[in-house]
Amino acid sequence: MAEDGWRAEAAKTGRLAEGVRTYRMIAAMWIRSTMAYRASFVMTTVGNFAATALDFVAILLMFSQVDALGGYPLPEVAFLYGLSSVSFGLADLAIGSMDRLGRRVRDGTLDTLLVRPAPVLAQVAADRFGLRRLGRVTQGALVLGYALIELDLQWTPLKLVLMPVMVLGGAGIFCAVFVAGAAFQFVAQDASEVQNAFTYGGTTLLQYPPTIFAQDLVRGVTFVLPLAFVNWVPAAYVLGRPLPLGLPGWTAFASPLVAAVCCALAGVAWRTGLRSYRSTGS
Amino acid sequence: MDTARLYAAVAAGGFRRYATYRVATAAGVFTNTVFGLILVYTYLALWEERPHLGGYDQAQAVTYVWVGQALLSTLAIGGGGVEDELMERIRTGDIAIDLYRPADLQLWWLAADLGRAVFQLLGRGVVPFAFGVLVFPAAVPSDVGTWCAFLFAVVLAMVVGYGIRFLVALSAFWLLDGTGVVQMAWLVGFFCSGMIFPLNVFPGALGEVVRALPWSSLLQAPADVLLGEADPWRTYVFQAGWAVVLLVLGRLVQAMATRRVVVQGG
Repeated sequence: MAEDGWRAEAAKTGRLAEGVRTYRMIAAMWIRSTMAYRASFVMTTVGNFAATALDFVAILLMFSQVDALGGYPLPEVAFLYGLSSVSFGLADLAIGSMDRLGRRVRDGTLDTLLVRPAPVLAQVAADRFGLRRLGRVTQGALVLGYALIELDLQWTPLKLVLMPVMVLGGAGIFCAVFVAGAAFQFVAQDASEVQNAFTYGGTTLLQYPPTIFAQDLVRGVTFVLPLAFVNWVPAAYVLGRPLPLGLPGWTAFASPLVAAVCCALAGVAWRTGLRSYRSTGS
Repeated sequence: MDTARLYAAVAAGGFRRYATYRVATAAGVFTNTVFGLILVYTYLALWEERPHLGGYDQAQAVTYVWVGQALLSTLAIGGGGVEDELMERIRTGDIAIDLYRPADLQLWWLAADLGRAVFQLLGRGVVPFAFGVLVFPAAVPSDVGTWCAFLFAVVLAMVVGYGIRFLVALSAFWLLDGTGVVQMAWLVGFFCSGMIFPLNVFPGALGEVVRALPWSSLLQAPADVLLGEADPWRTYVFQAGWAVVLLVLGRLVQAMATRRVVVQGG
């Protein structure tokens, strides 16, 4: 019994290692291909940076008129913005091309991936790996840096540990959203735009303080689609603010756990979607 | 008369083509509604702090958000109009066939884009707008006249939007790969049309400049007509002026492009 469990475990880690290896190989190939056109790479990265910076310009324009939004002054909003952008940016960099799955289903090129001796999820995730997406991560990191300089935070060891934990946990949560969205595209190939509401919409939502939104909406993104654990909940702890919805203090450290559960559920959705796939036959 | 029928047929084709993708349209409606929802709460918080910001009251600010979501894909402010296909045809050399047609290139694509825009307005714009003004306290005019005035401003906005995007597309004659230009175009479009923030709230000289640029014809102008903040006739003159300038400019660039350009392809 124990023996079997161990063997299943070994097979699982074997598959995981294979997936990571596949992902790294395909991503490296796309990086090489990108670097063949360096000028184009620089331009698209700058474009990616500028496109995401536009969100922050909107916030700056708002703060040219007011001193606080929902009780949060600019540095605190910048803190939320930076955390949301970096977490989402990392997820987008890692597996952001997954929203192209619907197109692959439609034109039948997904079949090519199915016959290759490598995990399909890793292939789809690494497909068209876009290093230009570092633009978004960089922009978010700069805003986060500004916030950390401006904010007079009372640092404790716990808060210091929480910072990287929250960024990586947040990236994990967004990765789960990407995978679940791709799984949904097996069912509705033309509906790839729905995913944008949760990915780009999600990161935009988290850039603003939870205090400005209706409590039902905050409840929805805490208990149903737990995006609040990307930054709202842990950031409230770092800022020394009460946690949204009166959540208990320990939930500020729950991001990795939430991310793990989300990824597991997204994995189930992915497997279900892949199993239901019927080729177009053309 | 025959030419009018031709362009009407092209426009109808553009409409039908986009109407084919029902699931994609439903997905777009959903996404526009979600983004509108996020934006509306930020505006409500902002107008809570500063009532009458930019001359709008809170209800007008709410309406502004949903007009924006209704017109985003209609005017292809974030891309997605006929310019993508036109650029692809220039890149592959198929444009040679278009130039041989016994129809005017600029008008042909204008007709196709208007057909697309009308579909997007009906298919993608109406539902998020209706949802938004029903769920949130919004300022909606009750007289038919204001609505007609608004719709006419939207039609002029469609022409101005096309005028800008036609120029963007023609850049492909020189650049071949227009990815960078398209990206710049939507960045500027988002910022200068009032999509990320109403232009009348922009501070100082920056506000003066963006309100005079053609992009302000796209969202700010129709929204102000609907909200009763602008005189319709003055708005029409402003929009029509930019439409003429952009279309004439497009014609000049087109003439230059077709004279000097070597068509791609074997």
